[in-house]
Amino acid sequence: MARKSHVQTTINGETVEFLCESRQSLLEVLRDELHLTGAKEGCNNGNCGACSVILDGRLVNSCLVLGVETEGKSVETIEGLAEPDKLHPIQDAFLENAALQCGICTPGFIMSAKALLDQNPNPTEHEIRYWLAGNLCRCTGYDKIVRAVLDAAAAK
Amino acid sequence: MRDFAYITANTVSEAVTLLDEKGQSARILAGGTDLIVQVREARRDVDWMIDIKSIPEVNVLDYNADTGLTLGAAVECYKIYAVDEICDAYPGLVDATKIIGGTAIQGRAAVGGNLCNASPAADCIPPLIVLNASCVIAGPNGARELPVEQFCTGPGQTAFDNGEMLVSLKIPAPANNSSSFYLRFIPRNEMDIAVVGAGASVTLDDAKQTIVSARIALGAVAPTPLFAEEASALLAGREVSDAAIDEAAQAAQSIARPISDMRGTAEQRTHLVGVLTRRALNGAIQRIRDAA
Repeated sequence: MARKSHVQTTINGETVEFLCESRQSLLEVLRDELHLTGAKEGCNNGNCGACSVILDGRLVNSCLVLGVETEGKSVETIEGLAEPDKLHPIQDAFLENAALQCGICTPGFIMSAKALLDQNPNPTEHEIRYWLAGNLCRCTGYDKIVRAVLDAAAAK
Repeated sequence: MRDFAYITANTVSEAVTLLDEKGQSARILAGGTDLIVQVREARRDVDWMIDIKSIPEVNVLDYNADTGLTLGAAVECYKIYAVDEICDAYPGLVDATKIIGGTAIQGRAAVGGNLCNASPAADCIPPLIVLNASCVIAGPNGARELPVEQFCTGPGQTAFDNGEMLVSLKIPAPANNSSSFYLRFIPRNEMDIAVVGAGASVTLDDAKQTIVSARIALGAVAPTPLFAEEASALLAGREVSDAAIDEAAQAAQSIARPISDMRGTAEQRTHLVGVLTRRALNGAIQRIRDAA
């Protein structure tokens, strides 16, 4: 068995320590080691965006980050969004707009939308569509997703 | 994914020593958007991944209107288009950084990595060539500089000797009345690999009517990105006109030696070289004329 490294990182505001092999992606660490299964494995090569998380404030595909690279960094995942008794406004907007069908792409879309609204609270539809181009929805609910993000921006 | 060791290098010399020692089994890790996929898909045998992102020199992003741009090898795409002065000075390079992958890729992928991956279709390489960029390379025998157009030697192949790594790219300050443009043809709106890419940089005279000099580079039509030297040279001293631009486009077409594959046929690609070269030249000229 391959040697494991000890990694300390911050996930959704909490300090987390884990052991992982160099070859494990951040996505594998989140899902298999930390049991945070919100980020999904779609293509595992950076095309689909189902594994989108926010790393030190930037949107990334967690399948294209090594777990060991997150030492000392801060990771935000879908699990950190809602408060105990209240959904995040983006989550609310996705529900209100029925912006999901099977749901596999949804955590990625929501994290991507959060990264957008964190830096641009009032994006145009055009900006939203370009920003979300790296997130694929095979149920093809893009219009509702874009409307949900517009609504979430307006609700803030 | 195959097992490998992950090492963080904190200095250029540390990284070079490791690369020299481990040879072909070692690979530099910057954004990882190409490398991690290649290792996962068993397209590259890597036993040592050397993460250079802690090395100060590879993170430099410094623009000076007199001396130009120093772009560290690991600087991510999004940092480049966030700087207004860089967008004004090197719009052709910014065009490329905005169309590589989507937001999440641009948050990790580096221009230096795009170059070192040496894909014939890499979007950053034609603009680097037309902007006269040079590679600052560190190796066991010291540092050297190499023009970007001499860096790629084949698909995925580079001019690196054993133990060498890219530290940064240097781009000269833009001349007065100059601009650049990059575009590619893809069948989709976003998130695709170039069927053909074309970059151009143009310098006009003060009246913005005559071409002082131009550089044209092509992607995805040969085993490496190409500098269209003759097409570039024939524009020098010419008045801006459709005829001059058509001539350059034809000269660019004459050096294209594309393959037919799933993205397009050789015939289509050759045709596209003409179209995109004209658009890249006209785009750069328009930008010069639009500038105050």
